[in-house]
Amino acid sequence: MIYLDNSATTKPFTEVIESFQKVSERFYGNPSSVHQFGTDAEALLRKAREQAATLLDVSPEEIIFTSGGTEGNNMAIKGIAFAHQNRGKHIITTQIEHPSVLDACKALETLGFKITYLPVNNMGCVTVEDVENAITDETILISIMHVNNELGSVQPIEEIGDIAAKYPKLFFHVDHVQGLGKVDLDFKKSKIDLCTVSGHKIHGLKGTGLLYVKRATTLFPLFHGGGQERGFRSGTENLAGAVSFVKALRLIKEAQISNKMKLKTLNDKLRNCLEAGEEVVINSPVNGAPHILNFSALGYKPEVLIHALEEKGFYISTKSACSSKDADESAILTACGFGFDRSSSALRISLTYENSIDEMITFCEAFHDVINSVLK
Amino acid sequence: MQSNHILIRYGEISLKGKNRKVFINQLHENVKRALKEYRDIKVKQTHDRMFVLLNGTDPQDIIEKCKYIFGIQSISLAMKVENEVEEIKAGALEALNQAENAKTFKITTKRSNKTFPIGSQDMNQVLGGHLLSNTTNYKVDVHQPDIELTVEIRTDATYITSKRVQGMGGLPVGSSGKTLLLLSGGIDSPVAGYLTMKRGVRIEAIHFHSPPYTSERAKQKVLDLAKKLTGYGHSIRVHIVPFTMLQQIIHREVPHGYSMTVMRRMMLRISQMVAEKEGILSLTTGESLGQVASQTMESMNAINEVTNYPVLRPLVAMDKDDIISLSKHIQTYDISIRPYEDCCTVFVPNAPKTKPKKAKVIQLEKFLDVEQELQKTIENIETVEITSHSNQNNHFEELL
Repeated sequence: MIYLDNSATTKPFTEVIESFQKVSERFYGNPSSVHQFGTDAEALLRKAREQAATLLDVSPEEIIFTSGGTEGNNMAIKGIAFAHQNRGKHIITTQIEHPSVLDACKALETLGFKITYLPVNNMGCVTVEDVENAITDETILISIMHVNNELGSVQPIEEIGDIAAKYPKLFFHVDHVQGLGKVDLDFKKSKIDLCTVSGHKIHGLKGTGLLYVKRATTLFPLFHGGGQERGFRSGTENLAGAVSFVKALRLIKEAQISNKMKLKTLNDKLRNCLEAGEEVVINSPVNGAPHILNFSALGYKPEVLIHALEEKGFYISTKSACSSKDADESAILTACGFGFDRSSSALRISLTYENSIDEMITFCEAFHDVINSVLK
Repeated sequence: MQSNHILIRYGEISLKGKNRKVFINQLHENVKRALKEYRDIKVKQTHDRMFVLLNGTDPQDIIEKCKYIFGIQSISLAMKVENEVEEIKAGALEALNQAENAKTFKITTKRSNKTFPIGSQDMNQVLGGHLLSNTTNYKVDVHQPDIELTVEIRTDATYITSKRVQGMGGLPVGSSGKTLLLLSGGIDSPVAGYLTMKRGVRIEAIHFHSPPYTSERAKQKVLDLAKKLTGYGHSIRVHIVPFTMLQQIIHREVPHGYSMTVMRRMMLRISQMVAEKEGILSLTTGESLGQVASQTMESMNAINEVTNYPVLRPLVAMDKDDIISLSKHIQTYDISIRPYEDCCTVFVPNAPKTKPKKAKVIQLEKFLDVEQELQKTIENIETVEITSHSNQNNHFEELL
């Protein structure tokens, strides 16, 4: 089996699972308990938070452990909207965000918020000018993803951060779920106020992740209760989840450093051999993230190709897993202006550091066979 | 030609007279210890400065470490060239080209080697002319230059430096003996420790632990604070005093208005006994005049009476706001504000005497039979050595 759907989710590292198990067995005390058992759990949680902060080059108190990307995005967007609605009720985002951003924004529309969904160009990117032009006196939040999950296009976060910083009353949130460990993002240099990351996209476990909340940023919490995580997220801490997530974070950062060009090399290989086929158009921009390659096999039904490839032991996806249940067209490719043929026949390959060049070659051969045997 | 040295300028040490050597040797030792992990470098000392020969090591790493060593006034990346006019010209040009975001420059030549044929002023002219004619976008500005090139012509070679990074100042830790710091876990005492270290003092810490009235978390907090302070030089030994029994006796036997004063006197007695045993010559506290009941003039007088050791109080004249901002600066604040009870906050009477009478205290203590318990306490002191690398949470490492 060759797994090439790493943007949907990744296989957890063995070390991560071991860490989760050990913490669950040895440190099941509640970090808030007064006794030694609680003290140990609290110390471990603090250590995990410190290590996460070091790895992301931020301060420990800016780390809020969450259950992953969807929670982080909801916490950031609704949290800012509810806490700061007296400053204004306008939010800027893009047409190509993950559903956890788009639908959170749509929900806010029903509560009287005004949302601007910025368009993207045919490279799948928003322009800095569009962002700036959309800002009004009412704007309290700009929420833009770093790396797009379907295309791999990389948004100009640093430039947008510079713009956002000129407007002191608005906050800047970045969904960094797909970029983490693959495309560098300097939270401070990009002047980001809130940043979502998720564990299961970096070989951590489902149900883990964190939200970076810059010092002095206030949020209306989604969960009220015992006041854990600085009161932003009440609920007994998922210590084993947090610790194992930080372990995954360390391992992915190490992998990134020791495999600098690997993903790019694999991606180029795929791009070259797929592009040679007549029916194939590559949708991912050339300068996009190195781990995602989106392409359309014109005239073919993507689900049929996926199942045919699956029979040969290859796992890839159509659009993002989270939107795969919707019919036909990819909203993201449509937003890029690709037209119905292309938007309704897209396939996505997403890589990880554990993939090899041989796997790319055998995939291309298999894909060629499938295209030749499946009826249009 | 590349910057291949880091130049370290001494702070106050350079004002020292005959015993200057002692200070420099201590600094040399401290710098070497701080840079131990960099195997390729060499640290060389001269009578008025120190050099770190990089041998390919990243200079930024070294500068970052040196920023936290007391006794260093400033640090610069330096280029070493031969005492030849042409060499110096080429070096200065190179240094200017390495500078970023600069439009104006100034050259300051210092010629301690008087055998060099060109005077300092003339050398400024020669180099300025050379730089201007070989670059296009620079101007000279002697008042507010973006970059100041310092050219020091010394006996062995010429050193060209541009950027100057501010050091910590102070005296090298270890050059002024050792003190025993009363470390409670609050905001003040770590700052007091930091300030004494800055004056070249090596510290050991003493902490009064009263389980079950104070928790393991409070003790851990103190160890974490000590660990932060190791970042400024040495490892720190922390003496943890099992204080419960004594505190209970005091609470039971002494009228509440005076229990705090008696407790403080007890702490000071124990501290002096530990200091005596460890060969330490002074005690240090985070007391600041007028801050709380135990820190009034009357209290200090009544408490201080039990020891003839010097009690250093580096915060005595500081405002709380200034202490807090210093504690944030040295990154102990976030640890200090963890909300656990310490030995000073348990058994606190509602209204401790702010003006205790010394005679009354002495009278009260006469009826206090603590000799045996005191001896037992001293015997059961636990000593932990904290180093900057030590990790008390070793068992966490495999998990993360």
